[in-house]
Amino acid sequence: MSRGQNRIEDGFRLRIIEKRAGILRLVREFFQKKGYVEVETPILIPYPIPEANIDPPKAEGGYLHPSPELCMKMVLSCGLKKIYQITRCFRKGEEGRYHMVEFTMLEFYEQDKGYYSMMELLEELIGELVLNIEGKEKINYRGFQIDLTPPWPRIPFGEFFQRTTGLNLEKAIEENIFEDLLTSKVEPSLPVLRPSFLVDYPAQLASLARLKDPHTAERFELYMGGLELANGFSELLDPHEQLRRFVAENEKRASMGKEIYPISESFLSAISKIDKAAGVALGIDRLMMILLNQDEISLVQPLTYKDLIP
Amino acid sequence: MYTSSDLKKGLKIQIDNNPYVVVEFEFVKPGKGQALYKCKLKNLLTGALIDRTYRSGDTIEPAQIEERKMQYLYNTGESYFFMDTQTYEQIEVPKENLGEAINFLLEGIEVDLLLYNDKPIGCTLPNFVDLKVVRAEPWVKGDSVAGDSKPVTLETGYQLRVPPFIEEGDKITVDTRTGQYVTRAK
Repeated sequence: MSRGQNRIEDGFRLRIIEKRAGILRLVREFFQKKGYVEVETPILIPYPIPEANIDPPKAEGGYLHPSPELCMKMVLSCGLKKIYQITRCFRKGEEGRYHMVEFTMLEFYEQDKGYYSMMELLEELIGELVLNIEGKEKINYRGFQIDLTPPWPRIPFGEFFQRTTGLNLEKAIEENIFEDLLTSKVEPSLPVLRPSFLVDYPAQLASLARLKDPHTAERFELYMGGLELANGFSELLDPHEQLRRFVAENEKRASMGKEIYPISESFLSAISKIDKAAGVALGIDRLMMILLNQDEISLVQPLTYKDLIP
Repeated sequence: MYTSSDLKKGLKIQIDNNPYVVVEFEFVKPGKGQALYKCKLKNLLTGALIDRTYRSGDTIEPAQIEERKMQYLYNTGESYFFMDTQTYEQIEVPKENLGEAINFLLEGIEVDLLLYNDKPIGCTLPNFVDLKVVRAEPWVKGDSVAGDSKPVTLETGYQLRVPPFIEEGDKITVDTRTGQYVTRAK
Protein backbone atom coordinates (compact mmCIF):
# COMPACT_ATOMS: atom_id res chain seq x y z
CA MET A 1 0.00 0.00 0.00
CA SER A 2 1.25 3.45 -0.80
CA ARG A 3 2.80 5.54 1.86
CA GLY A 4 1.31 8.25 -0.33
CA GLN A 5 -2.22 7.80 0.89
CA ASN A 6 -1.60 7.53 4.55
CA ARG A 7 1.72 8.33 6.01
CA ILE A 8 4.46 10.21 4.19
CA GLU A 9 7.08 11.07 6.74
CA ASP A 10 8.17 14.69 6.66
CA GLY A 11 11.81 13.69 6.23
CA PHE A 12 11.00 11.62 3.16
CA ARG A 13 8.97 14.44 1.65
CA LEU A 14 11.69 16.96 2.35
CA ARG A 15 14.33 14.86 0.56
CA ILE A 16 12.02 14.42 -2.45
CA ILE A 17 11.30 18.15 -2.68
CA GLU A 18 14.98 19.06 -2.58
CA LYS A 19 16.01 16.44 -5.11
CA ARG A 20 13.14 17.32 -7.40
CA ALA A 21 14.16 20.98 -7.41
CA GLY A 22 17.75 20.01 -8.20
CA ILE A 23 16.69 17.87 -11.17
CA LEU A 24 14.44 20.60 -12.58
CA ARG A 25 17.38 22.99 -12.37
CA LEU A 26 19.57 20.54 -14.30
CA VAL A 27 16.89 20.15 -16.99
CA ARG A 28 16.69 23.93 -17.43
CA GLU A 29 20.48 24.21 -17.57
CA PHE A 30 20.59 21.52 -20.26
CA PHE A 31 18.12 23.32 -22.50
CA GLN A 32 19.73 26.69 -21.92
CA LYS A 33 23.09 25.23 -22.97
CA LYS A 34 21.46 23.84 -26.11
CA GLY A 35 20.11 27.27 -27.07
CA TYR A 36 16.46 26.56 -26.24
CA VAL A 37 14.14 29.36 -25.14
CA GLU A 38 11.86 28.62 -22.19
CA VAL A 39 8.28 29.67 -22.88
CA GLU A 40 5.06 29.87 -20.90
CA THR A 41 1.68 29.37 -22.55
CA PRO A 42 -1.92 29.38 -21.27
CA ILE A 43 -3.00 26.50 -19.05
CA LEU A 44 -6.63 27.55 -19.37
CA ILE A 45 -7.54 27.10 -23.04
CA PRO A 46 -10.89 27.52 -24.84
CA TYR A 47 -10.74 24.04 -26.42
CA PRO A 48 -8.21 21.23 -26.47
CA ILE A 49 -6.98 19.41 -29.55
CA PRO A 50 -9.42 16.63 -30.48
CA GLU A 51 -7.80 13.33 -29.55
CA ALA A 52 -9.87 10.19 -29.07
CA ASN A 53 -8.45 9.15 -25.69
CA ILE A 54 -7.34 12.38 -24.07
CA ASP A 55 -9.90 14.24 -21.97
CA PRO A 56 -8.96 17.36 -20.03
CA PRO A 57 -11.10 18.63 -17.16
CA LYS A 58 -13.51 21.48 -17.86
CA ALA A 59 -12.90 24.79 -16.17
CA GLU A 60 -14.71 28.10 -16.24
CA GLY A 61 -13.86 29.59 -19.64
CA GLY A 62 -12.76 26.35 -21.26
CA TYR A 63 -10.49 23.49 -20.31
CA LEU A 64 -7.30 22.93 -18.35
CA HIS A 65 -4.81 21.91 -21.01
CA PRO A 66 -3.94 18.22 -21.31
CA SER A 67 -0.57 19.25 -22.78
CA PRO A 68 0.88 22.50 -24.11
CA GLU A 69 1.29 21.02 -27.60
CA LEU A 70 -1.16 23.28 -29.40
CA CYS A 71 0.29 26.45 -27.86
CA MET A 72 3.91 25.35 -28.27
CA LYS A 73 3.52 24.94 -32.01
CA MET A 74 1.82 28.32 -32.27
CA VAL A 75 4.74 29.89 -30.42
CA LEU A 76 7.22 28.03 -32.62
CA SER A 77 5.57 29.56 -35.69
CA CYS A 78 6.58 33.05 -34.50
CA GLY A 79 10.05 32.29 -35.78
CA LEU A 80 11.72 30.70 -32.75
CA LYS A 81 13.92 27.73 -33.60
CA LYS A 82 14.07 25.91 -30.28
CA ILE A 83 11.60 26.15 -27.42
CA TYR A 84 10.80 24.22 -24.28
CA GLN A 85 8.32 24.39 -21.43
CA ILE A 86 7.82 22.69 -18.08
CA THR A 87 4.20 22.92 -17.04
CA ARG A 88 1.42 21.20 -15.12
CA CYS A 89 -1.04 19.30 -17.34
CA PHE A 90 -4.43 17.76 -16.63
CA ARG A 91 -6.16 14.60 -17.78
CA LYS A 92 -9.54 13.61 -16.46
CA GLY A 93 -9.90 10.23 -14.80
CA GLU A 94 -6.24 9.25 -15.05
CA GLU A 95 -5.26 7.96 -11.68
CA GLY A 96 -3.02 5.09 -10.74
CA ARG A 97 0.49 4.08 -9.82
CA TYR A 98 1.87 5.88 -12.89
CA HIS A 99 -0.88 8.43 -13.50
CA MET A 100 -2.24 11.53 -11.83
CA VAL A 101 -4.97 13.84 -13.06
CA GLU A 102 -2.52 16.73 -12.63
CA PHE A 103 1.09 16.09 -13.54
CA THR A 104 4.20 17.86 -14.83
CA MET A 105 5.17 17.73 -18.46
CA LEU A 106 8.33 18.78 -20.22
CA GLU A 107 7.76 19.58 -23.88
CA PHE A 108 10.40 20.69 -26.33
CA TYR A 109 10.24 21.53 -30.01
CA GLU A 110 12.89 22.28 -32.57
CA GLN A 111 12.58 23.53 -36.13
CA ASP A 112 14.38 21.88 -39.07
CA LYS A 113 14.69 18.58 -37.17
CA GLY A 114 13.05 15.16 -37.47
CA TYR A 115 12.11 12.59 -34.84
CA TYR A 116 15.47 10.77 -34.97
CA SER A 117 17.26 13.95 -33.86
CA MET A 118 14.89 14.18 -30.90
CA MET A 119 15.77 10.65 -29.81
CA GLU A 120 19.43 11.69 -29.72
CA LEU A 121 18.56 14.78 -27.69
CA LEU A 122 16.69 12.58 -25.17
CA GLU A 123 19.71 10.27 -24.87
CA GLU A 124 21.83 13.31 -24.15
CA LEU A 125 19.40 14.89 -21.68
CA ILE A 126 18.70 11.80 -19.60
CA GLY A 127 22.32 10.62 -19.90
CA GLU A 128 23.50 13.93 -18.51
CA LEU A 129 20.98 13.94 -15.66
CA VAL A 130 21.99 10.44 -14.59
CA LEU A 131 25.71 11.21 -14.90
CA ASN A 132 25.21 14.29 -12.77
CA ILE A 133 23.25 12.47 -10.07
CA GLU A 134 24.95 9.06 -10.06
CA GLY A 135 28.43 10.01 -11.29
CA LYS A 136 28.23 7.31 -13.98
CA GLU A 137 26.09 6.32 -16.96
CA LYS A 138 24.19 3.72 -14.97
CA ILE A 139 21.25 4.00 -12.64
CA ASN A 140 19.63 1.51 -10.30
CA TYR A 141 15.86 1.47 -10.67
CA ARG A 142 13.70 -1.04 -8.77
CA GLY A 143 16.66 -3.39 -8.48
CA PHE A 144 17.85 -3.17 -12.08
CA GLN A 145 21.04 -1.47 -13.23
CA ILE A 146 19.98 0.46 -16.33
CA ASP A 147 22.87 1.15 -18.69
CA LEU A 148 22.52 4.51 -20.47
CA THR A 149 25.47 4.30 -22.85
CA PRO A 150 24.16 5.64 -26.17
CA PRO A 151 22.83 4.76 -28.63
CA TRP A 152 19.75 3.21 -27.02
CA PRO A 153 17.98 0.54 -29.05
CA ARG A 154 15.51 1.80 -31.67
CA ILE A 155 12.92 -0.93 -32.02
CA PRO A 156 10.51 -0.88 -34.99
CA PHE A 157 7.09 -0.98 -33.31
CA GLY A 158 5.17 -2.95 -35.96
CA GLU A 159 7.72 -5.78 -36.16
CA PHE A 160 8.16 -5.94 -32.39
CA PHE A 161 4.39 -6.07 -31.84
CA GLN A 162 4.06 -8.90 -34.35
CA ARG A 163 6.94 -10.82 -32.78
CA THR A 164 5.77 -10.49 -29.18
CA THR A 165 2.03 -11.02 -29.72
CA GLY A 166 1.88 -13.06 -32.94
CA LEU A 167 -0.62 -10.52 -34.24
CA ASN A 168 -0.54 -7.73 -36.77
CA LEU A 169 -0.50 -4.32 -35.09
CA GLU A 170 -3.14 -2.70 -37.30
CA LYS A 171 -5.37 -5.70 -36.93
CA ALA A 172 -5.06 -5.52 -33.14
CA ILE A 173 -6.15 -1.87 -33.24
CA GLU A 174 -9.13 -2.74 -35.45
CA GLU A 175 -10.18 -5.50 -33.08
CA ASN A 176 -9.82 -3.22 -30.08
CA ILE A 177 -7.27 -5.46 -28.34
CA PHE A 178 -4.27 -3.20 -28.97
CA GLU A 179 -3.97 -1.70 -25.48
CA ASP A 180 -4.44 -5.09 -23.85
CA LEU A 181 -1.67 -6.71 -25.85
CA LEU A 182 0.61 -3.70 -25.61
CA THR A 183 0.51 -3.70 -21.82
CA SER A 184 0.40 -7.47 -21.25
CA LYS A 185 2.81 -8.72 -23.93
CA VAL A 186 4.72 -5.97 -25.74
CA GLU A 187 5.86 -3.65 -22.95
CA PRO A 188 7.02 -6.53 -20.68
CA SER A 189 9.23 -7.78 -23.55
CA LEU A 190 11.16 -4.52 -23.88
CA PRO A 191 14.80 -4.46 -22.72
CA VAL A 192 15.03 -4.18 -18.94
CA LEU A 193 18.62 -3.02 -18.58
CA ARG A 194 18.50 -0.40 -21.36
CA PRO A 195 16.22 2.49 -22.18
CA SER A 196 14.66 1.83 -25.58
CA PHE A 197 12.66 3.59 -28.26
CA LEU A 198 9.66 2.02 -29.96
CA VAL A 199 9.66 3.76 -33.34
CA ASP A 200 7.22 4.23 -36.21
CA TYR A 201 3.68 4.09 -34.89
CA PRO A 202 0.53 3.30 -36.87
CA ALA A 203 -0.90 6.50 -38.35
CA GLN A 204 -4.16 6.21 -36.39
CA LEU A 205 -2.22 6.50 -33.11
CA ALA A 206 -0.49 9.74 -34.04
CA SER A 207 -2.91 12.38 -35.24
CA LEU A 208 -0.38 15.21 -34.95
CA ALA A 209 2.63 13.45 -36.44
CA ARG A 210 4.02 13.51 -39.95
CA LEU A 211 3.46 10.34 -41.95
CA LYS A 212 6.36 8.27 -43.23
CA ASP A 213 4.06 6.29 -45.49
CA PRO A 214 0.25 6.20 -45.62
CA HIS A 215 0.07 3.75 -42.67
CA THR A 216 3.00 4.81 -40.53
CA ALA A 217 3.73 7.96 -38.55
CA GLU A 218 7.16 9.28 -37.58
CA ARG A 219 6.40 8.84 -33.90
CA PHE A 220 8.36 7.18 -31.11
CA GLU A 221 7.89 6.34 -27.44
CA LEU A 222 10.78 6.15 -25.00
CA TYR A 223 10.58 3.39 -22.38
CA MET A 224 12.87 3.20 -19.38
CA GLY A 225 12.65 1.01 -16.30
CA GLY A 226 9.29 -0.32 -17.49
CA LEU A 227 7.84 3.19 -17.67
CA GLU A 228 6.58 4.94 -20.76
CA LEU A 229 8.61 8.08 -20.34
CA ALA A 230 8.42 10.26 -23.45
CA ASN A 231 6.56 10.53 -26.70
CA GLY A 232 8.01 12.32 -29.73
CA PHE A 233 7.40 12.83 -33.38
CA SER A 234 8.13 14.74 -36.53
CA GLU A 235 5.41 17.35 -36.54
CA LEU A 236 2.59 17.24 -39.04
CA LEU A 237 2.66 20.74 -40.56
CA ASP A 238 0.29 20.39 -43.49
CA PRO A 239 -2.90 22.21 -42.37
CA HIS A 240 -5.18 20.30 -44.75
CA GLU A 241 -3.92 16.90 -43.64
CA GLN A 242 -4.05 18.04 -39.98
CA LEU A 243 -7.66 19.15 -40.40
CA ARG A 244 -8.58 15.74 -41.88
CA ARG A 245 -6.97 13.97 -38.93
CA PHE A 246 -8.69 16.19 -36.38
CA VAL A 247 -12.02 15.46 -38.05
CA ALA A 248 -11.24 11.74 -37.85
CA GLU A 249 -10.38 12.05 -34.13
CA ASN A 250 -13.60 13.97 -33.52
CA GLU A 251 -15.52 11.19 -35.28
CA LYS A 252 -13.91 8.64 -32.96
CA ARG A 253 -14.84 10.81 -29.98
CA ALA A 254 -18.43 11.08 -31.17
CA SER A 255 -18.64 7.30 -31.60
CA MET A 256 -17.47 6.90 -28.00
CA GLY A 257 -20.19 9.26 -26.84
CA LYS A 258 -17.64 11.97 -26.03
CA GLU A 259 -17.82 15.70 -26.65
CA ILE A 260 -16.34 16.89 -29.94
CA TYR A 261 -14.05 19.92 -29.96
CA PRO A 262 -14.09 22.77 -32.49
CA ILE A 263 -10.90 22.96 -34.50
CA SER A 264 -8.73 26.02 -34.10
CA GLU A 265 -8.19 27.91 -37.37
CA SER A 266 -5.37 29.90 -35.85
CA PHE A 267 -3.55 26.68 -34.99
CA LEU A 268 -3.89 25.39 -38.54
CA SER A 269 -2.63 28.64 -40.00
CA ALA A 270 0.26 28.72 -37.51
CA ILE A 271 1.57 25.28 -38.46
CA SER A 272 1.43 26.20 -42.15
CA LYS A 273 4.19 28.74 -41.42
CA ILE A 274 6.63 26.07 -40.21
CA ASP A 275 8.60 24.00 -42.75
CA LYS A 276 9.91 21.23 -40.61
CA ALA A 277 9.94 20.54 -36.88
CA ALA A 278 9.95 17.79 -34.29
CA GLY A 279 8.88 17.72 -30.69
CA VAL A 280 8.84 15.62 -27.54
CA ALA A 281 6.60 15.39 -24.47
CA LEU A 282 8.26 13.87 -21.43
CA GLY A 283 6.54 13.00 -18.16
CA ILE A 284 8.67 14.76 -15.58
CA ASP A 285 7.12 12.89 -12.64
CA ARG A 286 7.95 9.52 -14.15
CA LEU A 287 11.49 10.72 -14.82
CA MET A 288 11.65 11.72 -11.14
CA MET A 289 10.42 8.23 -10.18
CA ILE A 290 13.39 6.70 -12.00
CA LEU A 291 15.96 9.22 -10.82
CA LEU A 292 14.74 8.98 -7.21
CA ASN A 293 14.07 5.20 -7.38
CA GLN A 294 10.39 5.40 -6.39
CA ASP A 295 7.70 3.09 -7.71
CA GLU A 296 4.68 5.32 -7.33
CA ILE A 297 4.06 8.68 -8.99
CA SER A 298 2.44 10.20 -5.90
CA LEU A 299 5.66 9.61 -3.95
CA VAL A 300 7.69 12.09 -6.03
CA GLN A 301 5.29 15.00 -5.47
CA PRO A 302 5.86 17.78 -2.95
CA LEU A 303 2.10 17.68 -2.33
CA THR A 304 -0.90 16.07 -4.01
CA TYR A 305 -4.59 16.79 -4.41
CA LYS A 306 -5.31 14.01 -1.92
CA ASP A 307 -3.16 15.71 0.74
CA LEU A 308 -5.48 18.71 0.53
CA ILE A 309 -8.81 16.94 1.00
CA PRO A 310 -10.30 18.21 4.27
CA MET B 1 -24.28 0.83 -11.07
CA TYR B 2 -20.57 1.49 -10.95
CA THR B 3 -18.48 2.52 -13.93
CA SER B 4 -14.85 1.58 -14.52
CA SER B 5 -13.64 4.86 -13.01
CA ASP B 6 -15.14 3.80 -9.64
CA LEU B 7 -12.84 0.76 -9.49
CA LYS B 8 -10.36 0.69 -6.65
CA LYS B 9 -8.98 -1.74 -4.11
CA GLY B 10 -11.73 -2.90 -1.78
CA LEU B 11 -14.68 -2.16 -4.11
CA LYS B 12 -17.22 -4.98 -4.04
CA ILE B 13 -18.85 -5.94 -7.30
CA GLN B 14 -21.16 -8.64 -8.66
CA ILE B 15 -20.23 -10.89 -11.60
CA ASP B 16 -22.37 -13.84 -12.73
CA ASN B 17 -24.29 -13.97 -9.46
CA ASN B 18 -21.16 -13.98 -7.33
CA PRO B 19 -19.90 -11.20 -5.07
CA TYR B 20 -16.27 -10.19 -5.61
CA VAL B 21 -13.91 -7.75 -3.95
CA VAL B 22 -11.16 -5.93 -5.87
CA VAL B 23 -7.89 -7.05 -4.23
CA GLU B 24 -5.45 -5.57 -6.74
CA PHE B 25 -6.09 -2.68 -9.05
CA GLU B 26 -4.00 -1.08 -11.74
CA PHE B 27 -4.86 1.81 -14.04
CA VAL B 28 -2.96 1.59 -17.31
CA LYS B 29 -3.11 3.89 -20.28
CA PRO B 30 -0.58 3.55 -23.04
CA GLY B 31 0.28 6.90 -24.65
CA LYS B 32 -2.66 8.14 -26.73
CA GLY B 33 -4.39 4.79 -26.26
CA GLN B 34 -7.49 3.77 -24.34
CA ALA B 35 -7.43 3.45 -20.59
CA LEU B 36 -7.59 -0.04 -19.07
CA TYR B 37 -8.60 -0.86 -15.54
CA LYS B 38 -6.90 -4.14 -14.62
CA CYS B 39 -8.28 -5.90 -11.58
CA LYS B 40 -7.58 -8.98 -9.56
CA LEU B 41 -10.86 -10.02 -7.96
CA LYS B 42 -11.52 -12.35 -5.06
CA ASN B 43 -14.74 -14.30 -4.95
CA LEU B 44 -16.18 -13.49 -1.53
CA LEU B 45 -17.88 -16.89 -1.26
CA THR B 46 -15.13 -19.23 -2.46
CA GLY B 47 -11.97 -17.14 -2.10
CA ALA B 48 -11.04 -17.91 -5.73
CA LEU B 49 -9.04 -15.22 -7.58
CA ILE B 50 -9.77 -14.07 -11.12
CA ASP B 51 -8.35 -11.37 -13.42
CA ARG B 52 -10.63 -8.91 -15.14
CA THR B 53 -9.85 -5.92 -17.33
CA TYR B 54 -12.37 -3.13 -17.76
CA ARG B 55 -12.38 -0.23 -20.20
CA SER B 56 -13.48 3.38 -19.89
CA GLY B 57 -17.24 3.63 -19.72
CA ASP B 58 -17.89 -0.03 -18.79
CA THR B 59 -20.64 -0.45 -16.24
CA ILE B 60 -20.26 -2.82 -13.30
CA GLU B 61 -22.89 -4.18 -10.97
CA PRO B 62 -22.38 -3.53 -7.26
CA ALA B 63 -22.10 -6.69 -5.15
CA GLN B 64 -25.40 -7.75 -3.66
CA ILE B 65 -24.04 -7.83 -0.17
CA GLU B 66 -24.96 -5.97 2.93
CA GLU B 67 -22.30 -4.30 5.04
CA ARG B 68 -23.19 -3.76 8.67
CA LYS B 69 -21.19 -1.89 11.26
CA MET B 70 -20.77 -4.38 14.11
CA GLN B 71 -18.75 -4.60 17.25
CA TYR B 72 -16.66 -7.70 17.90
CA LEU B 73 -17.49 -9.27 21.27
CA TYR B 74 -15.73 -12.61 21.88
CA ASN B 75 -15.05 -16.01 20.37
CA THR B 76 -15.41 -19.61 21.37
CA GLY B 77 -12.55 -20.82 19.21
CA GLU B 78 -14.78 -22.03 16.38
CA SER B 79 -17.26 -19.14 16.36
CA TYR B 80 -16.85 -15.38 16.58
CA PHE B 81 -19.63 -13.18 17.94
CA PHE B 82 -20.47 -9.66 16.77
CA MET B 83 -23.08 -7.17 17.96
CA ASP B 84 -25.01 -4.44 16.18
CA THR B 85 -24.47 -1.48 18.52
CA GLN B 86 -27.81 0.09 17.51
CA THR B 87 -30.10 -2.91 17.89
CA TYR B 88 -27.94 -5.11 20.17
CA GLU B 89 -28.60 -7.97 17.75
CA GLN B 90 -25.82 -10.56 17.87
CA ILE B 91 -24.46 -12.55 14.93
CA GLU B 92 -22.35 -15.68 15.10
CA VAL B 93 -19.69 -16.08 12.40
CA PRO B 94 -17.77 -19.32 11.82
CA LYS B 95 -14.01 -18.81 12.20
CA GLU B 96 -13.23 -19.96 8.64
CA ASN B 97 -15.37 -17.16 7.16
CA LEU B 98 -13.19 -14.51 8.76
CA GLY B 99 -9.86 -15.60 7.27
CA GLU B 100 -6.87 -13.48 8.29
CA ALA B 101 -9.12 -10.99 10.07
CA ILE B 102 -9.04 -13.11 13.25
CA ASN B 103 -5.43 -11.98 13.74
CA PHE B 104 -6.61 -8.45 14.43
CA LEU B 105 -9.94 -8.89 16.18
CA LEU B 106 -9.66 -7.38 19.63
CA GLU B 107 -12.71 -7.22 21.86
CA GLY B 108 -14.66 -4.04 21.22
CA ILE B 109 -13.26 -3.30 17.74
CA GLU B 110 -15.75 -2.00 15.15
CA VAL B 111 -15.76 -3.77 11.79
CA ASP B 112 -17.94 -3.93 8.69
CA LEU B 113 -19.52 -7.36 8.68
CA LEU B 114 -20.34 -8.60 5.16
CA LEU B 115 -23.65 -10.39 4.73
CA TYR B 116 -24.66 -12.27 1.59
CA ASN B 117 -28.27 -13.53 1.57
CA ASP B 118 -28.22 -12.72 5.31
CA LYS B 119 -25.26 -15.08 5.89
CA PRO B 120 -22.05 -13.57 7.28
CA ILE B 121 -19.23 -14.16 4.76
CA GLY B 122 -16.47 -11.99 6.13
CA CYS B 123 -15.55 -8.68 7.66
CA THR B 124 -13.66 -5.54 6.70
CA LEU B 125 -11.27 -4.20 9.30
CA PRO B 126 -9.92 -0.67 9.71
CA ASN B 127 -6.70 -0.36 7.64
CA PHE B 128 -4.66 0.17 10.79
CA VAL B 129 -5.14 -1.29 14.25
CA ASP B 130 -3.15 -0.76 17.45
CA LEU B 131 -2.37 -3.94 19.39
CA LYS B 132 -0.36 -4.68 22.51
CA VAL B 133 2.76 -6.85 22.43
CA VAL B 134 2.35 -9.65 24.98
CA ARG B 135 5.54 -11.56 24.28
CA ALA B 136 8.90 -10.31 22.99
CA GLU B 137 12.47 -11.44 23.47
CA PRO B 138 14.66 -8.75 25.03
CA TRP B 139 16.90 -7.00 22.56
CA VAL B 140 20.60 -7.73 22.97
CA LYS B 141 22.55 -4.96 21.33
CA GLY B 142 24.97 -6.24 18.70
CA ASP B 143 22.98 -9.42 18.25
CA SER B 144 21.91 -8.95 14.67
CA VAL B 145 21.89 -12.55 13.53
CA ALA B 146 18.22 -12.34 12.58
CA GLY B 147 18.71 -9.06 10.76
CA ASP B 148 17.10 -5.92 12.03
CA SER B 149 13.88 -7.45 13.29
CA LYS B 150 12.61 -9.91 15.88
CA PRO B 151 9.42 -11.93 16.34
CA VAL B 152 6.75 -10.85 18.83
CA THR B 153 3.30 -12.08 19.80
CA LEU B 154 0.35 -9.68 20.02
CA GLU B 155 -2.62 -9.80 22.39
CA THR B 156 -4.72 -11.46 19.67
CA GLY B 157 -2.18 -14.27 19.39
CA TYR B 158 -0.91 -12.96 16.05
CA GLN B 159 2.85 -13.24 15.52
CA LEU B 160 4.89 -10.91 13.34
CA ARG B 161 8.37 -9.40 12.99
CA VAL B 162 9.06 -5.95 14.36
CA PRO B 163 12.12 -3.70 14.85
CA PRO B 164 14.31 -4.80 17.78
CA PHE B 165 13.47 -1.80 20.02
CA ILE B 166 9.86 -2.97 20.51
CA GLU B 167 9.36 -4.43 23.98
CA GLU B 168 6.76 -6.44 25.84
CA GLY B 169 3.88 -4.15 26.83
CA ASP B 170 4.39 -1.75 23.90
CA LYS B 171 1.50 -0.98 21.59
CA ILE B 172 2.21 -1.17 17.89
CA THR B 173 0.26 -0.19 14.78
CA VAL B 174 -0.28 -2.98 12.27
CA ASP B 175 -1.53 -2.63 8.69
CA THR B 176 -4.37 -5.17 8.54
CA ARG B 177 -4.14 -5.41 4.75
CA THR B 178 -0.54 -6.62 4.76
CA GLY B 179 -0.29 -7.92 8.33
CA GLN B 180 2.87 -5.92 8.76
CA TYR B 181 4.28 -3.64 11.43
CA VAL B 182 3.87 0.09 10.71
CA THR B 183 5.05 2.00 13.77
CA ARG B 184 5.14 2.06 17.57
CA ALA B 185 1.81 3.40 18.82
CA LYS B 186 1.36 5.82 21.70
